[in-house]
Amino acid sequence: MKPFTSHRGVVATLDRANVDTDQIIPKQFLKSIARTGFGANLFHDWRYRADGSPNPDFELNAPRFTDASILVARNNFGCGSSREHAVWALHEYGFKAIVAPWQERLGKRVPAFADIFRSNATKNGVLTVELSEAEVEEIFQMVGRYDGLHATVDLECGRVVLHLPEELAFHFDIDPAVKEHLIRGLDEIALTLTHAASIASFESHHDAQLPR
Amino acid sequence: MSQTLFQKIWDRHVVTKLPDGRDLLYIDRHLVHEVTSPQAFESLRMSRRKVRRPELTFATMDHNVPTSDRANIRDPIAKAQIDALSANCRDFGVTLYDLCSDRQGIVHIIGPELGLTLPGTTIVCGDSHTSTHGAFGTLAFGIGTSEVEHVLATQCLPQKRPKTFRVDFTGRLAPYVTAKDMVLKLIGAIGTSGGTGHVMEYGGEAIRSLSMEGRMTICNMSIEAGARAGMIAPDETTFQYLAAGNRPFAPKGAAFEAALASWRTLRSEADAAYDLSLTIEASAIAPQVTWGTNPGMVVDVTGRVPEPDAVPGYSRKDVEQALAYMGLTPGTPMTQIALDTVFIGSCTNARIEDLRAAAKIFTGRKVARGVRVLVVPGSQQVRRQAEAEGLHEVFVSTGCEWRQSGCSMCLGMNPDQLKPGERCASTSNRNFEGRQGKGGRTHLVSPEMAAAAAIAGQFVDIRTWGSR
Repeated sequence: MKPFTSHRGVVATLDRANVDTDQIIPKQFLKSIARTGFGANLFHDWRYRADGSPNPDFELNAPRFTDASILVARNNFGCGSSREHAVWALHEYGFKAIVAPWQERLGKRVPAFADIFRSNATKNGVLTVELSEAEVEEIFQMVGRYDGLHATVDLECGRVVLHLPEELAFHFDIDPAVKEHLIRGLDEIALTLTHAASIASFESHHDAQLPR
Repeated sequence: MSQTLFQKIWDRHVVTKLPDGRDLLYIDRHLVHEVTSPQAFESLRMSRRKVRRPELTFATMDHNVPTSDRANIRDPIAKAQIDALSANCRDFGVTLYDLCSDRQGIVHIIGPELGLTLPGTTIVCGDSHTSTHGAFGTLAFGIGTSEVEHVLATQCLPQKRPKTFRVDFTGRLAPYVTAKDMVLKLIGAIGTSGGTGHVMEYGGEAIRSLSMEGRMTICNMSIEAGARAGMIAPDETTFQYLAAGNRPFAPKGAAFEAALASWRTLRSEADAAYDLSLTIEASAIAPQVTWGTNPGMVVDVTGRVPEPDAVPGYSRKDVEQALAYMGLTPGTPMTQIALDTVFIGSCTNARIEDLRAAAKIFTGRKVARGVRVLVVPGSQQVRRQAEAEGLHEVFVSTGCEWRQSGCSMCLGMNPDQLKPGERCASTSNRNFEGRQGKGGRTHLVSPEMAAAAAIAGQFVDIRTWGSR
């Protein structure tokens, strides 16, 4: 996996909450046995009209978002199905980072991304950034105001910087394990296999306990 | 400190603590299906790795299999994916329940049937509804394809320990109100991200009174509340299920007795602490019907399609988008919504008890004119059992289509799909846009409510309709 340290690119906004993985990549495209070929069908049912032409009403079809590589969305992005194809599609389309807001509910913090989606994104070198609702709203406002707005997502420093006439920066926290995984572009399986002796020793007593 | 059920199982499966703060978790059973596994097997080949424990890995084909003519799969891409699973299982030594097997079915339905799902164990599968298996006091969660590859290669997964969320359903359900209504009520209350980052544990009298089938329905839809796993402590109901029937992988005889002693310790201590907790009064739950495009957009059947600015937790725009997609007008009573399709099936509600419940409603009645009804058993075993009980005759004489087992119209990867604009009462788990077919409109309900809707041609309050 290619390491992720920092990325600069055009910001696109998708003003919808609870975007599920069925929307990100509809089921008819899951029959492929390859890891590639999903980008063209990202958000298929929103993106294309019945005759296959681009749907001009879909936000990401706006010409100013053509080269976007940073996607800003609303809470609970990537909910639903575990399909990693959703991340493959986003990545192949060109998105390197996705930004969404966490929410405060009943005094607790509700994460911005669904669990399985976030894990899948990390495994494919796609960074998920959680900001507050107010911060994400500010990005939406700025993207609405400045055509072709660029931003830098800096993982090492934990910052999203909007390149406005006067730069606007937002700090974000990230799970240290996720950060290390992305920055080093690790082969996680190889890493787990370095614990082969521990696994074998665990199995030798655990197997005996498993009912059979 | 007093432990929860989740903590007990988690701790028993930690191989080692990793320097980055995660635990390396051991996986007891890995379930595999045709859609999320081919890329994982291919990566194993490319990196010249083997499946570490093929005897702990079990596969079936369910997502894109036809439910009518299984011998001739007309979609060549679906056929290639099914063939790829066969080849991968053969090459890597994995047991496969294929379309010729009398144990084939939806992966989350056959796991418990085969006795693969056992209390106190860990189960993963490249499918979000793996949470189903938690009904047995199992820690079970869905994973992506990279994680499928990881488990195939190492039988382990590096995981951050999730938080815990206790939900108690006190009191008893009213007649005709089901496990499906309980879990839809919960999702309506906390939203589709209310459980994100947490493992749910369900308890209370209404949970204890449920059959294993009902418990599986609740744990199954934990993911729709954002929780990767849902769990219920095992009890006599669980042990009876495991002792009964033809479950080749469940322990037998002395081994069963030994397992039982250990399984009885699998409960949360009375003073164990949870990160979140919630109590819901079960007797106050009415049959639920979704009106929107996610499972949290739900009301009592006696309710109405909401006004766009009157739905807590959703913006006006969210609700307007959902209502536009669903073709619904605010203020419409739910019981005035007419249907053209009814789907009884899926890993949520296609077990024998679900089919019995539907058949009971169907008996002596006819499906409303113009309504197409698909009854899709969750497995070949469920299908045989239903036929042995004569349920299929009820379905067919009522006017339903009686199909072969698979995921079918829950996600429409096979030919069972809604056409644009078609409206469906569905016992499945997701009412997302396009889920059952592009432009299709899904309302999630219980099997009883779906069957009654098929007869009436529109939603009815099953509690009063039955006595008419």
